[in-house]
Amino acid sequence: MDDRQLAVQMRGIYKGFYGVPVLTDVDFEVRRGEVHALAGGNGAGKSTLMKMLQGVYPLDQGEIFVDGRPVRFSSIHDARAAGIGMVFQEFSLVPTLTVAQNIYLTTEPRGAGGLIDDREASRRARAVFRDMAVDIDPDARVGSLSTAYWQLTEIAKALAQDARVLIMDEPTASLAKHETEALFELVERLKARDIAVIYISHRMDEVYRIADRITILRDGRRLFTKELTEVTPAEIVEGIVGKKMEGELEYQERPGPADTRPLLQARDLRSGRRVRGVSFELYAGEIVGLAGLMGSGRTELARCLFGIDKLDGGELLVRGRPVDVSNPRAAMAAKLALIPEDRREQGLVLEHSVIDNLLLPLLGRVRRGPLIDDRGGRTLARQLIDRFAVKVAHPERPVRLLSGGNQQKVVIAKWLGTEPDILIMDEPTAGVDIGTKSEILDMIRGLADAGKGVIVISSELPELLAVSDRVLVLRDGSVQQELARRDIPDEEALQLAVQGV
Amino acid sequence: MATTTTTPSGKDTEPGRGSVRETLGGLDWRRYVIYIGFAIVFLFFAILLGGQGFLSANNLLNIFRQTATVTVVAVAMTFVIANAEIDLSVGSVAGLSSVCAAMAVSHYGLVAGIIAGLLVGAVVGATNGGLVSLLGIPSFLVTLGMLGIAAGVAQWITNSAPQPILNDAFNLLFGSGNFGPVPGLLIWTAVFVIVGAIVLNKTRFGRQVLATGGNRMAAEFTGVNTKRIKFQVLLLSGVVASIAGMLYAGRLQSGRFQWGTGDELSAIAAVILGGTSLFGGSGSVVGTLFGALLIGLINNGLILAGLDVSQQQVIRGAIIILAVALARKK
Repeated sequence: MDDRQLAVQMRGIYKGFYGVPVLTDVDFEVRRGEVHALAGGNGAGKSTLMKMLQGVYPLDQGEIFVDGRPVRFSSIHDARAAGIGMVFQEFSLVPTLTVAQNIYLTTEPRGAGGLIDDREASRRARAVFRDMAVDIDPDARVGSLSTAYWQLTEIAKALAQDARVLIMDEPTASLAKHETEALFELVERLKARDIAVIYISHRMDEVYRIADRITILRDGRRLFTKELTEVTPAEIVEGIVGKKMEGELEYQERPGPADTRPLLQARDLRSGRRVRGVSFELYAGEIVGLAGLMGSGRTELARCLFGIDKLDGGELLVRGRPVDVSNPRAAMAAKLALIPEDRREQGLVLEHSVIDNLLLPLLGRVRRGPLIDDRGGRTLARQLIDRFAVKVAHPERPVRLLSGGNQQKVVIAKWLGTEPDILIMDEPTAGVDIGTKSEILDMIRGLADAGKGVIVISSELPELLAVSDRVLVLRDGSVQQELARRDIPDEEALQLAVQGV
Repeated sequence: MATTTTTPSGKDTEPGRGSVRETLGGLDWRRYVIYIGFAIVFLFFAILLGGQGFLSANNLLNIFRQTATVTVVAVAMTFVIANAEIDLSVGSVAGLSSVCAAMAVSHYGLVAGIIAGLLVGAVVGATNGGLVSLLGIPSFLVTLGMLGIAAGVAQWITNSAPQPILNDAFNLLFGSGNFGPVPGLLIWTAVFVIVGAIVLNKTRFGRQVLATGGNRMAAEFTGVNTKRIKFQVLLLSGVVASIAGMLYAGRLQSGRFQWGTGDELSAIAAVILGGTSLFGGSGSVVGTLFGALLIGLINNGLILAGLDVSQQQVIRGAIIILAVALARKK
């Protein structure tokens, strides 16, 4: 192929951190006016590769050409000057400034006496939006706009700086369906203007919808680059998933639920934009996995089950009786517990001691009159620590000193202390090492064996396959498919179900 | 114009229809609460205290004169707060600057006095800025510590004694003099407010201060050197506080460690009353001016009404809380 057509060419890229190679001999190229999908599992090296193209990481080995010219980026600014634009998810805009002020931040047009000419900025921003054929008021404050507009503003910001290559990382993750459509139309128009788009996404339908070619990375190497017309979804999924199976994460057959009456019944739950009619049942002693792409409503479902988000419709029954879950305290009273996704943000008070964290939901049980019974509290905390094998030398020290896995155990122990019947775990093993991971999975199995109903939400399919007796596939806010574990032969099959192809 | 438009969520952009009402409805009256409040309080006192000379030119000029130093400090404080930082040291920097300027004036003359005063602000401001931006210590703690240090040093080097200033040029320049019929302090206020408003709204520095305060990460990713901005803002605050200190010294013809005591709280109140977000990202220098004037107005009116100091404090506190509550978003 003619090299002059290439907007970006990366050759023989090698990158290592602390001597551990993350990318090895990767070639990657994008033509002008092409939408090029970049895919790969977690840790495959996608974001590292893109960060090198944006000038965030320096190059260890290899070459980068932009428009056929060799470049060497030492900062984001170099890359931007060369025409590489990145559409960040939300964090590159200042909510208190207007759309136009954000677009021209640091490159403000200036008039008499070097003062900023905001009217000129607005005028130019309006022209950029006109070229994009989208309708946004440049004088609106970004903070008052919805996520979809933020993204369009990001794109306009990149285009205003004459970006010839746009990197979009999971751009549809926080968009509603019609917003996604609008974004795709915009991408088509950008293509027509000869702008190259690098499109990072896990969603097969989107990739097929808008991308021309796809490059798959696996374990820091390029697996292949192909025209999408020449590759099947199964090939892509196999490429992303790989064939390796981690031994510790194998499914263990468990006896079916003892009780034939469902422990928890959800009937047509609705909440906000993301939960749109979810119904399912959960039996005592059962582990149900919730699978779905980002934005499918997984986390939002957990939030409304536990009363963090309000239900707009539908009802929830525990042991056949309707329960009120209008707030977390009511949900706790109904014997539900949520182990949240982000333990640092939502699960723990990091600066407080392990003991204090464990006792926070249990303060009612360790009271002596109006005061907290410190000795009783310590005893109870010790019991929990022993029961869940948290490796902690000093329970009085801040919980932030523990490893990720042990922090997660503290979160789980904390909620189990409330003796819930139904446990909802959102990404229970995010960011923990493989050893702790299998311990946590064992813990989940143990809880189900003890008669509790467990809902596990995870984006890591091997993990879901390892613990779930049943998997619910969520898509666009409702249960698309319900699969018994024995009906799922392997990860690839589940991945295909999640993708809906 | 191209035909394809994206109107996700359907809000914000529906040109044409019902635009007048929408424009009015879209106007965020909370942003103007300070001006409305100022007008109401002014009218209230004008009606109630018109007979006691509230409306006399002299009294009105007095309000300006008495609020001048707080206004000057508050203009810089607007930058600090819009940048999502705080500077608690300004009051004692003003005190320290007043005594240093006074001592230097009496030994080495006018120019040395001014330089000494400014130097105090520059050193303290640079120290604050360096500790906050380079070491990442919260500005609340750094400047709280500096409040004590500056006040202590001012008291120490003077043995708590006032330092009289006999240099007429200094006194004339800083607050005692008039330019024709206009009091010098009024000119100082006007210069600071006008320059401050232009710098905050119309220069790249001002824009970067707002951007850093609104979303530091975004500003950094867009190429703003946020550490430098934070340093500069605290440096600016220190230097401006030292000028306020010299305004005290000139107006009262002496340097004293007590000058400026508590001004940090008045300045912060003025800034917040003026509509600057305590969380950073937006700010209005003109709003700050009216915030400071409102506080001055209330003080003045309450004195004329014959309330004693304890009652003044209570009412002033209540009005500030009320105004901030009204200006709060949702």
